[in-house]
Amino acid sequence: MSRIGVVIEIRDNEIKDSNFGIITAACGDDTHDVCALIFDNSAEDHKETLEKYGVKTIIEITSDQVALNMLPDLKAIALVDAMNEFDFKTLIGLSSPTGRDLLTRTAARLNVPSVLDCIGVDFTDHTVMKSHFSGKTIAKFKLASEYFICGIRPNTHEAIERPLKAEAQIVSYSPIVHDKKGIRVRKIVKSSSKSVDLSEASTIISGGRAIKSAENFKILNECASVLGAAVGASRAAVDSGYAPHSMQVGQTGKTVSPKLYIACGISGAIQHFAGMKTSKFIVAINKDKDAQVFEKCDYGVIGDLFEVVPALTEALKTMKNEA
Amino acid sequence: MKIFVCVKYVPDTAAYVSIVDGNGFDDSVKHVVNPYDEFAIEEAIQIKERTDGEIIVVTLGKAHATAAIRFALAMGADRGIHIKVDEILVDTMTTVEALKIAIEQAGAADLVLMGKQSVDSEGMQTPYYLGEALGLHVATDVIDLVLEKDQAIVQSDLGNNEIAEIELDLPCVIGATKGLNEPRSPKLPNIIKAKKKPIEEIALEDLVPSKPVNRTSLISFEYAPERSQAILFEGDTAVVVEQLVEVFKEKALI
Ligand SMILES: Cc1cc2nc3c(=O)[nH]c(=O)nc-3n(C[C@H](O)[C@H](O)[C@H](O)COP(=O)(O)OP(=O)(O)OC[C@H]3O[C@@H](n4cnc5c(N)ncnc54)[C@H](O)[C@@H]3O)c2cc1C
Ligand SMILES: Nc1ncnc2c1ncn2[C@@H]1O[C@H](COP(=O)(O)O)[C@@H](O)[C@H]1O
Repeated sequence: MSRIGVVIEIRDNEIKDSNFGIITAACGDDTHDVCALIFDNSAEDHKETLEKYGVKTIIEITSDQVALNMLPDLKAIALVDAMNEFDFKTLIGLSSPTGRDLLTRTAARLNVPSVLDCIGVDFTDHTVMKSHFSGKTIAKFKLASEYFICGIRPNTHEAIERPLKAEAQIVSYSPIVHDKKGIRVRKIVKSSSKSVDLSEASTIISGGRAIKSAENFKILNECASVLGAAVGASRAAVDSGYAPHSMQVGQTGKTVSPKLYIACGISGAIQHFAGMKTSKFIVAINKDKDAQVFEKCDYGVIGDLFEVVPALTEALKTMKNEA
Repeated sequence: MKIFVCVKYVPDTAAYVSIVDGNGFDDSVKHVVNPYDEFAIEEAIQIKERTDGEIIVVTLGKAHATAAIRFALAMGADRGIHIKVDEILVDTMTTVEALKIAIEQAGAADLVLMGKQSVDSEGMQTPYYLGEALGLHVATDVIDLVLEKDQAIVQSDLGNNEIAEIELDLPCVIGATKGLNEPRSPKLPNIIKAKKKPIEEIALEDLVPSKPVNRTSLISFEYAPERSQAILFEGDTAVVVEQLVEVFKEKALI
């Protein structure tokens, strides 16, 4: 049974929701020994959750002297050490900014190839599928190496619970690391506290130029809070100053892959689609029946977003209250 | 300061990509400087304006990629190195090996600036591998860069409304992204001047006689599945919304 290491990302003391799909991808046909890798945190706190998704082993990687999460190079060195110690050459994780950083530093350290943002992985062939040309094509790559390291695009693999017969085993690992101080994260600042993370959200509602003002984004925010969604924007909305760049979806913004993407007052430019095309369901709300967006989404509502969105919010609220 | 900027020449994202033989594409379409690399070039120029120094642009690409170097020279870079290849797609490990040797041959770098991602291959990895190869520290997704005596202090966009402040020893490798600066458009006199700036050409085989063994190879390309015409709802808002909510329920989206 081959062992697969899965990098676990923890935020506000909880494992990120998008991480479970990655565990499911690693479980494959149940022949793998899925080994969760937790940094700077207690494995015991997350054992039950991880067991539910089929994790057999949890490796808790910590250091007495330093916080690995603040030392990107040392964290990668610690991971390379753990891969040697526990004998695994397959490593996957979320292709999130943190995941990308760790996976690529680790692969570079080992001097082996790796691929990020994969939408499909084959552990036997060491092949991956990933988007190319801003989402216009899908390329299949083979990684020629005994190692197989890749980052998987959030939400591309559905999370499936598969409880174990036996308990997950916890092992602690404290590699000897020396802080050479060459690179250090001084601090991480959150620009807004409670909003749902755009790049890993499973539902997103976005506004375009038609939103007309920053103020009007509250219409989307209200709908988003009922849906548990994150709010995104088109470049036209960002360039007009209605939304910060951190909300931009598209070629020069974020790439997202939610289950449901609702585009409100967005015309459907190729550069916008480059960032959200792999969403499972795309719904567009646009008052122009000939809008390009309707040619490439699943469901469309022809109507004024200022009427449709608030009505949708109300309908969803009613539904929730009835449930 | 000796600043290296790695610049890639990529198909315009608005261009139609047609796949050839299942594992290649027609590269006769319009090409542009990789958008993220423009932030890297602009940053180099601003640093030079403050502190003086030399900006060397390094590009690995086919013959036509010389246009990317000219563009960077017209923006304000001093000279270029063109690593010439025949194939359209070169894997990251080979690219990094070539960039590393080209940079080392041109003298010790004080700073290496790159884009965080190329918009054609969407790798997001070259800065990390190059940093490791050059023995330099790396920060990417950089939206702010301050150079101190021995250190760079950067703000790195972590995406989920989080920004990391990172300090790293100089020299280092930086992956630039939108927000770092506003790239200038080259002015006509500078475009003319750029024609006289030197570009050194080297063939990939001369720099890297044998390709790295461990690398990624492309097996196939296919078009991303396109959606067809949407199912449309129109008419009374209340009815339309009800229909939409039904779809959401049916597909288990809410
Ligand atoms: C190099 C490059 C990179 C780019 N990167 C990005 C990127 O990352 N992300 C991005 O989004 N764009 C990007 N763009 C820009 C892109 O080409 C489009 O210009 C942009 O996406 C348009 O934004 P929009 O759809 O909001 O605005 P518009 O194209 O102006 O569309 C507005 C839409 O709203 C509809 N509308 C108007 N009023 C209402 C109403 N009351 N109710 C409902 N519908 C209404 C209209 O019918 C129209 O379809 C990039 C462009 C280039 C050249
Ligand atoms: N062929 C190339 N020539 C020069 N620079 C490159 C090349 N490929 C990648 N780069 C640099 O590496 C960055 C990240 O690219 P990538 O890892 O392909 O997403 C780009 O923004 C460029 O700065």
